[in-house]
Amino acid sequence: MSLLAFQRDMRAWLIRADEDAAQRIGRDAVPGLAVYQNNYRAQLVACLDDAFENVRDWIGGEAFHAGVVTHIDRVPSSSWTLDAYPRDFPATLAMLYPDDAEVAELAWIEMALGEAFVASDAVALRADDLADVDWDRATFRITPTLDIGCLTTNATAIWSALSAGEVPPAAETLAEPGAILVWRDGETARFRAIDRVEQQALIAIRSGQTFSALCAGMVDAHGEQAGIACAGRMLGQWLGDGLIVGVD
Amino acid sequence: MTVFAGFGLGLRRPHYDEFLAGRVAVDFVEVISENFMVDGGRPRRILRDIRALYPVALHGVSMSIGSADGIDGFYLARLRSLVDAIDPLFVSDHLSWTRIEGFSSHDLLPLPYTEEALAIVCANIDRAQDALGRAMLIENPSTYIDFAPADMTECEFLTQVCARTGCGLLLDVNNVFVSASNHGFDPVAYLDALPHDRVRQIHLAGHSQGTDLLIDTHDRPVPQSVWDLYAHVLPRLGAVATMIERDDDIPPLADLLTELDGARRIAGRTLRETA
Repeated sequence: MSLLAFQRDMRAWLIRADEDAAQRIGRDAVPGLAVYQNNYRAQLVACLDDAFENVRDWIGGEAFHAGVVTHIDRVPSSSWTLDAYPRDFPATLAMLYPDDAEVAELAWIEMALGEAFVASDAVALRADDLADVDWDRATFRITPTLDIGCLTTNATAIWSALSAGEVPPAAETLAEPGAILVWRDGETARFRAIDRVEQQALIAIRSGQTFSALCAGMVDAHGEQAGIACAGRMLGQWLGDGLIVGVD
Repeated sequence: MTVFAGFGLGLRRPHYDEFLAGRVAVDFVEVISENFMVDGGRPRRILRDIRALYPVALHGVSMSIGSADGIDGFYLARLRSLVDAIDPLFVSDHLSWTRIEGFSSHDLLPLPYTEEALAIVCANIDRAQDALGRAMLIENPSTYIDFAPADMTECEFLTQVCARTGCGLLLDVNNVFVSASNHGFDPVAYLDALPHDRVRQIHLAGHSQGTDLLIDTHDRPVPQSVWDLYAHVLPRLGAVATMIERDDDIPPLADLLTELDGARRIAGRTLRETA
């Protein structure tokens, strides 16, 4: 058997316990194959256990374990780093809990916090750093740690309560769907729920829109005074959050 | 290839603060490369701070030098970036494979010791050493499948790998014991047959009894059987860096340092006897 054929058989055994593949590897190999399969699955279980503590607390250990087993069967690991394995788990939970959107949203928060924790370093600007900005032309660089997810439930409140060891609120659907920001400020990964207006504004700024164009859009939507005030408020919030890391 | 004699420990999260305080009596620390092959954040900052205090060896678990479809170039680029950032004592990985055709097992899977596998492993190590700009150390694995009869023994395979690629060896004495027990070969004969001049680093660890096989669990102290093998092989080696490798049920740092003193005592005795 060629090395490639053997390695394909090992993969088939690890992913789906393919008995034909095990037979080709060798009858004497059965005890060893069991060790390797246990190692493979145990690593993925431990990875998801570590990454989604609050999801486990929310849906219960038994349901969480069932979700993990489904995910491992559905999504074989593909990256050299286990850090990447949590990325697809929220999608599996969305499939398993179609009527409980907060489950996948909680999972997304935990996944995104983990990713932000090790994202690229960048030093946040503070308000004083903007003293000499040309406001007609200024564009802002947003922290590379930022991720933006959809939010249709009170998952952020549930997550905060679970993390604090408090009794979480019952799941609720938001009156207006919004978004969640997840980023790292210094060495601390953080999140914040935002509305659609701020979501669109932040996406536009991140894609290179000038702040003056953002202000113009806000004025068109909300009138001169309210539009300018809203854009200013958002910029102040972003600076305070540590989201702005450069100005061009 | 770097020559370094000393005694170290694997850096594990529960001990970060004690190591960062800079007063731990070790000559080097070893870190799992993949834990620090991230873009930024606290892990990279901690490694920079640790490197300012101790020599650091990088020990990988995911290079997959035995993959028939080659090594992941992105992985090598990431590792090179880490190597450039911390200038490690050694860069090591295992005689095993973890990935094939987009699938990753996150486990050190065994290789049949055939001429075909030898050619693939050597080509992969050549590529890795070119990408990293330095010689690597390759660690003998614990294995749970015996491919005998193969074209050569593990020792013969490792000897050929060293000769063809110029790499060194990271001798894991516990792995020798575990594989010898699982496959019924003599661990002393294995140690005697190694290319001793290529050994630069030694791992000492504990193992557990599984249902049918010994398992390389790193979750308990180094057993006497492994200390005995260490004492046997040490006089045959040149300058080596010895360390305790503990990955699970991690005890207080003081316990590991006491265990490391056992390695120091054996090394001291060896020096006196050969003087």
